[in-house]
Amino acid sequence: MADASNVDAFVEFERVQKSYDGENLVVKDLNLTMPKGEFLTMLGPSGSGKTTCLMMLAGFETATHGDIRLGGTSINNIPPHKRGIGMVFQNYALFPHMTIAENLSFPLEVRKMGKSEREAKVKRALDMVEMGAFGGRRPSQLSGGQQQRVALARALVFEPELVLMDEPLGALDKQLREKMQFEITHLAHSLGITVVYVTHDQTEALTMSDRVAVFDDGRIQQIAPPDQLYESPDNSFVAQFIGENNTLEGTVKEINNGIALVQLDDGELIDCKPVNVSRPGERTRVSIRPERVEYNKERLQEGVHTLKAEVLEFIYMGDIFRTRLRVAGNDEFIIKTRNAPDQVRLQPGQQIEIGWLPEDCRALDA
Amino acid sequence: MSDITQSGPVLAADGRPLKRSLARALRMQKLRALLLIAPLLLFILVTFILPVADMLFRSVENRIVQDTLPRTVEVLADWDPASGQLPEEAAFAALAADLKEAANVKTHTKVAKRLNYENPGLSSVFRKSGRKVKNWDIANDGPFREKLIELNDGWGDVELWRTIKTYSGTFTSGYFLNAVDMRLGAEGPEVRPENERIYNTMLIRTMRMSLIITFSCIMLGYPVAWILANLPTRQANLLMILVLLPFWTSLLVRTSAWKILLQQQGVINDTLVWIGLVDDANRLVLINNELGTIIAMTHILLPFMILPMYSVMQTINPSYLRAAKSLGATDWTAFWRVYFPQTVPGIGAGSILVFILAVGYYITPALVGGTKGTFISNLIAYHISTSGNWGLGAALGAILLAVVLALYWVYDKIVGIDNVKLG
Repeated sequence: MADASNVDAFVEFERVQKSYDGENLVVKDLNLTMPKGEFLTMLGPSGSGKTTCLMMLAGFETATHGDIRLGGTSINNIPPHKRGIGMVFQNYALFPHMTIAENLSFPLEVRKMGKSEREAKVKRALDMVEMGAFGGRRPSQLSGGQQQRVALARALVFEPELVLMDEPLGALDKQLREKMQFEITHLAHSLGITVVYVTHDQTEALTMSDRVAVFDDGRIQQIAPPDQLYESPDNSFVAQFIGENNTLEGTVKEINNGIALVQLDDGELIDCKPVNVSRPGERTRVSIRPERVEYNKERLQEGVHTLKAEVLEFIYMGDIFRTRLRVAGNDEFIIKTRNAPDQVRLQPGQQIEIGWLPEDCRALDA
Repeated sequence: MSDITQSGPVLAADGRPLKRSLARALRMQKLRALLLIAPLLLFILVTFILPVADMLFRSVENRIVQDTLPRTVEVLADWDPASGQLPEEAAFAALAADLKEAANVKTHTKVAKRLNYENPGLSSVFRKSGRKVKNWDIANDGPFREKLIELNDGWGDVELWRTIKTYSGTFTSGYFLNAVDMRLGAEGPEVRPENERIYNTMLIRTMRMSLIITFSCIMLGYPVAWILANLPTRQANLLMILVLLPFWTSLLVRTSAWKILLQQQGVINDTLVWIGLVDDANRLVLINNELGTIIAMTHILLPFMILPMYSVMQTINPSYLRAAKSLGATDWTAFWRVYFPQTVPGIGAGSILVFILAVGYYITPALVGGTKGTFISNLIAYHISTSGNWGLGAALGAILLAVVLALYWVYDKIVGIDNVKLG
């Protein structure tokens, strides 16, 4: 959860709003506190305001209302070139008319650094991203992954304390992306820099970050470490957006001892953990992860509510099996099981019973 | 694999060399492509390449003297003008025969005109004599030396005979020498006397003013192109229409408009006098001089500068400027070190376009240039349409063409033609 104490706050957004046209708010009342050294990812669908937040932090957009602070001082009126924030752009934005070394030397030159010092720093930065041999080349002569590394080195070469990354891996293929994800997190932690990372790829957000801020509709829907975000989403948007998710709709019958009894729309009863529901009679959307669904009766707890299900489709995916079921009138109910030697392969048409632990099943807002 | 280990050319499946098979396969395609562009190719050949080649040929062609005065040319081959003596009687006889024949078909005026370019005054000698010689009996009336000199004492001038001999070849460098203010004298090419020099001055003036015009276009066009490239599409389109508007107005109308604006009793002067910035007695001379030509031509050529710059600027991602600023560059540094270098190809393309157009411009300098602001093309036009000296016009045109090609080559060496982007 967001750190309430401002003692070690490095980046702060306080009641920040942003509007481009004076009619619609792109960012609505944003509050965010980041300690030094944190890797924070802003995750959200396009148009959710995450990039706007990043641009306000970088200084390319001005906040319509509110205060943005860096290291305790308000930076609202500081132009971008004086903020000393490193930035990696989506298209890398490497200057095409300069060599790689000149690109890296640029931020040092504008800081009036001496030639020998510049060269040493450029070399160190290039070596850091394993691009030492490419200093004399032009950006167009490099592959996408190499350009990405150079862009990273350029954002780090002047040793900023805060680095912003705007979907930096969007243009890379899957394998390279995974490799770079690891490298960027590794580099960020070993250098101890604070990173704000924007992406719409939830896997990237989960694997890289210390904390993830999920954006939607101009607001942070939830800000939490990845495991918490995945396992205990605060609302149905987060549950839907992060990972795969099954939803069933129903009405709360009663809430006892932290367990909500929910009657699904077809009349069946299930036990859930109440998250955004507080009293009986409320409509709710029940969320359950595909890998937390159990159909092996021996592994289910005594007395737990179970649901009848019909197998519609069995998909072999190598490491896992993905089975599509019809549950309580929902044809898109997915379960995932590990491909183990003793694992049952369900056949289409088979009638089974499914269940889960009540805490894995979260009753969220409708 | 046997394919890899074999030596010699790679073979296709049917055993023929792969290269030939490929060429055969592509031939049909190439033929079809050629057929598609054939009408255009033919059109360009007939209406552009052939006329240009013909004009270039005229700048050195000189068959008229040989064709009209064949006997004279033959006899004069043995005469040495350096001796200072008039040629022998045989030459006069040959000339009389040639002149009679020419006068009968009225070609003697043409050769007179040709030789008059090189030696002014020669024309009248030929014309006057031609009328009389027509009635002579070449076989019996000789000797002709005294008779011709009596007819017109021009024939007693060694210089006249030298001119005929000098310009009797099939090809001549005379037009080109003339175009660079030189002539063929008794001892080969020599510089003309100072009061006859004009073309070098004109060429240099043309180059200098074209450079000024190109530079003014860059200075005025760059901000406009920048605004065009950075405005939202809707406003950019409106502005683009304003930029293109001059294209839809007649060149003559635009040039005349400048006349109205710039003349001494014109709008600008009237306004300045009314404001009191300029004294009524000392109205500014803004037209019929170099300034008038520069102002009007900068205006007319400005779109040719803006369009290439705009198309280049449009492709420059705004994130470059943001990146530069995030790296610590001030607005000016970001512009000068990051944005400007990327627009150089557009400036280059615009400059080449504007400069080449300016160097050959004709209508505007003729209308607003007065005598001080005309270009070499105005002289070319004069020689083609008024004086009838096509050879000299062609030579001037060829020199202009050569200068432009040379500049183009220099530009390629310095900036690189690959860097030029028109869109």
